[in-house]
Order: sequence, then C-alpha cells, then structure tokens
Amino acid sequence: MNMQNPREVYGKTLVEMGRENRNIVVCEADLSKSTMSCYFQDTFPERYFEMGIAEQDMTSFAAGLSLTGKIPFVNSFAVFASGRNYDQIRQGICIAKLNVKIIGSSSGLSDFGDGSTHQSVEDMAIMRAIPNMTVLESADGIETRKMIRAIAEYNGPVYVRINRDDMPDLFPEGKKFEIGRPYVIQDGKDVVIYAAGIMVSKALKASEILNKEGISVRIVNVSSLKPVKEDELKKQAQGMKGIITAEEHTLIGGLASVITYTLRGTGVPIETIGINDSFGQSANSYDELLEYYGLTEDNIVNAVRKMF
Amino acid sequence: MNMTIEQLEKKAKKIRFNIIRMIGIGKKGHLGGSCSIADIITALYFYKMKHDPRNPKWEKRDRFLLSKGHAALAQYAVLAEFGYFAEEELDKVKELDGMLQGHPDLTRTPGIEANTGSLGQGLSIACGITAGLRIDGNVTSKVYCVVGDGELAEGQIWEAAMAAAFYKLDNLVSILDKNGIQATGPIVERFDTNPLPDKWKAFGWYVMQIDGHNMKDIVQALDETDELKGQPTIIIARTVKGKGVSFAEHKAAFHNEMLDEAQYEQACRELQSKEIKKI
Repeated sequence: MNMQNPREVYGKTLVEMGRENRNIVVCEADLSKSTMSCYFQDTFPERYFEMGIAEQDMTSFAAGLSLTGKIPFVNSFAVFASGRNYDQIRQGICIAKLNVKIIGSSSGLSDFGDGSTHQSVEDMAIMRAIPNMTVLESADGIETRKMIRAIAEYNGPVYVRINRDDMPDLFPEGKKFEIGRPYVIQDGKDVVIYAAGIMVSKALKASEILNKEGISVRIVNVSSLKPVKEDELKKQAQGMKGIITAEEHTLIGGLASVITYTLRGTGVPIETIGINDSFGQSANSYDELLEYYGLTEDNIVNAVRKMF
Repeated sequence: MNMTIEQLEKKAKKIRFNIIRMIGIGKKGHLGGSCSIADIITALYFYKMKHDPRNPKWEKRDRFLLSKGHAALAQYAVLAEFGYFAEEELDKVKELDGMLQGHPDLTRTPGIEANTGSLGQGLSIACGITAGLRIDGNVTSKVYCVVGDGELAEGQIWEAAMAAAFYKLDNLVSILDKNGIQATGPIVERFDTNPLPDKWKAFGWYVMQIDGHNMKDIVQALDETDELKGQPTIIIARTVKGKGVSFAEHKAAFHNEMLDEAQYEQACRELQSKEIKKI
C-alpha cells in the first residue's frame, strides 16, 4: 500500500496553489519544518509571514490579510491552532466569516513524544462549536491535497486537521473532494463504520478481519465534520444492523456526536470508538498511544462483534 | 477634506452630540471612551483619511480600525455624518436585527473594516491589512488603528507591536487613546500599563505625544506621520474619558452607563447643538 505523509503533501500543495494564485499567503509560528509550510517560504518569501511564536497575533494578522483579498493559510500544531488562538478565530474571523484557513498540524496523538500539551484531543469539538466554521480532517495524502485545494476555492473560514504520521493511500485518485460529503470508501451490507482521519485506514484493516468472519462492512470517510450532508449519512446507515463511529478525538463533540445526533431515532445500535474524556501523554511510538487509547483495528473489530 | 481647525472642532462637537443621541435616555452606552476619541476620529475622517462613502470598499481608501471596539458609537457618529448609512439608523443602535451593533461588525455596517471588541485584537488585524496592501503594491493607503490604554494589558497588543516593527509597517499609524480610566476605575491603580512612550520605543515604534483634544495638535501629528518611513508610528494622545460632557468627564461610572432625562438634556445643552431632538 502506498504511504504518503500528509504534511509533506500539504506543504507541496501550498506551493502548487501559490503558483496558480497570487492571493495565497501563508502565516507560520515557528513550526514551519513540522507543518511543512517551509516549502512555501522558500518559494514565495514575499507572501510568507513568520509571525514568531505568537499564535494570537498570527491569527488576527491573517484576518487582516484576508480583508485585503488574500487567502491566508495559518499554520501551527492542531492543539495551538485551535486553542491558543480560539478567541481570535471566533471574534475576528468567524463572526465576519472571513476567508482564513486554519491548518492544525500534528493532530490528535500523532506528536506522540511531546505528550498531552502537544496532542489535540478536542480541537474538532472546539472548532465545530463556532458558527460559520467549516471543520475538516483528511484521511490520507490524496485527500489532503484535494481538500486543501478545495478550501482555497471556498470563501469562508475553515479548520483542517492534518496528521503528522505517514498514512496509506485510500481516497480514490479520480474522485473530487467536496466539502460536506461523507465518502463511502468501501461498500458493505451488515455494518457501517463512520470514521475520520487515521481511523479510516484502521477501519479498512478491521473490515478484512471481519470479512473472514462473514461480516460485510461499509466504511464511510467523514472528512467533513461540519458541514456534513445529513441525508447522505442517513442513507449510508439504511438497512444496517449496526453503526460504529471511530475517531482519534475525544468522544465529546466530534464524530461520535455528529453521528449519534444525526442518526437518532433510527433504532440501529451504535458503538463509539474514540478517546474517553482524557488527555494524551508521551509514548515511544504513535502506535503505542493508539493502542493505549483504544484506537486500533482490534478495537473496531471487537465493537462490531458485540453487535452480533 | 479641506476643513479649518475651527470647522473640525465644530464637527467634533456634532460627533459628541451624535454619541449622546445614540445613548439617549435610559439606555446603556459607552459614553466615556467614545467621547475621549471624538476629536481624534473627527480629524481622521474629516481631515486626514482618503475614503468614499459612496464606495466604502474603494481599494485606494485609507483604513480605520477601532481596536477598542466598545467606542463604536464614535465611529457610527462619524459614518452617519458622511452618509455611509441613513442618519436615522443612529436612533436604532443596538436594536434587534439592527445595522449598528454594540461593537463594530463589518457584515452589518458600511464603513466598518473589522470585527473588534474582544480587546487587543484590532492592532494585529491592522498589521495584517497593512501587510496585505503592501503585497498588492498599494503604498498610498494608510491604516489607522485606535487603541485604548486599558487594552494595553492584553498581551496580543505587544505581539502585534513586535510584528509591526519587524515587518517595518510604516503605513500603519496607531493612535493611543490615553484616557487613563478603564471600566472599573483609574488604570494606574489597577494594572498600570505605563511607561508608555518607553515601551513603544523599545518595541521599535516611532512615538509622538499629543493632547488628544487639541485639534491643531492632532492634525499636525497626523500630517507628520506621512513623512515617517521604515517603522510604524504611534501617537500617544492624552485624553479625558467622557470629554465634552461635564458630569461624565474623568468618571469610570460613565464607561458604559445610562443617562437619565436631566443628564441627557444637560449633555445636549453642553454640546450646544441646535439640532437637539427630543426623544
């Protein structure tokens, strides 16, 4: 399976867009070699703003840039890009629906060594709660590129969560990415798994195991947490014996909230996989953390088995 | 606009009257901080700034940002004078679904450049606008940002101060409304933000100090900023909270307070407006 690093893809996509559109500008808070905004810095220094380790100023500064018709991409780790500058996003950007793109890099537990201060378990919930905000998470390199290009075309505030780790390709190369669409990555007839980010590939692995047990799994990549086409989510759950949600995020306010709310009243049993109201911590590897917090293919398999 | 100092002073009085008119009787409003910037905002709009009320989004305009967004009444008062919107809107300030919100909202009010009110953010937005204009090769549009002295306690102000100096944003002019009083009382007794000139100099800004109620001083200082290159400028303007309304001057109580009928009438008398409307 082909692996790509979504941060690498992101950094190169920025440069690609920068060539096509002079209005693309980039703001950074001293993490350019992690967020990979450094490629844009090398190519278009006059449209690149290193704002120092000052995320609040960076975010309001980007609001100002957008008021002159620029399309600013604001970069930091997800935990800082959604937390340190929350008020600047809410007040200066979202109320006026300004065209600012906030890119939360090294999302979830993917910055495994740095521990709870650098791991974002609640960024999607925070961003989703803000009116006018669009909230996205990419599941692989292919989707990252399409997503970043799509949000540049959309006029309004967007928060995107990007993983630090390499991810296996799974998004169809020929398919267009549309904000708001939940994508069926694999069809099946017994159980539907709504997954986001790294959990989409875990769901694919789980489905291989379940297939051998005679359970057919439909996998939906919910890369748009907000807005999301609720009618499509409902359709995707029709005739299913069980519903699973899987996210690398607290169960409060993220994908589990979206799905349980949208599919309320359908009577189909729902199991939710995610982080159970706790912070992350340091570990020697990303996989170690995913296992500790119950975010593996085995966790998905067990959740499905419970339904039969 | 070619107005004499005397005409500008008269206009500032009208602006103060508009502020009082918006506050009216029995409604809360930020009287103190709006009146303290009345002369500054009058000089900016009626003397200094290039702007076009018929085309509020004119690309070559100068920009005005009110980082201390609670003084929105002063900006509304000016915008109405220029016809950015019908004068009657002033009587509907803060009404449900209204055009004039408690704090500036660019989505609702023509002539407003940014949503401010959460303190400490306007200067950063002004920096971003200045940098954006520079990318466009627009070196003639200036960006003016009024900041409050209470607001200087916000750390983001100093982040913006560093960024403006680092990026040599010389088309950015900040005017500090140094009225000395925040919502609960004198700033020096609460969280002293002094010494201001030294701080701004150390942060890389060109610093001027003026009497923020002396129209000649204000106009001269604004003109002087045109000559300054290579660094941003801050005009530290000594002002009086509630200036022009005797019983409200120097009083924290009128930061955001209502007027009774007698106070309202007295304020109108003091502002010697011939257009006083009974409400």
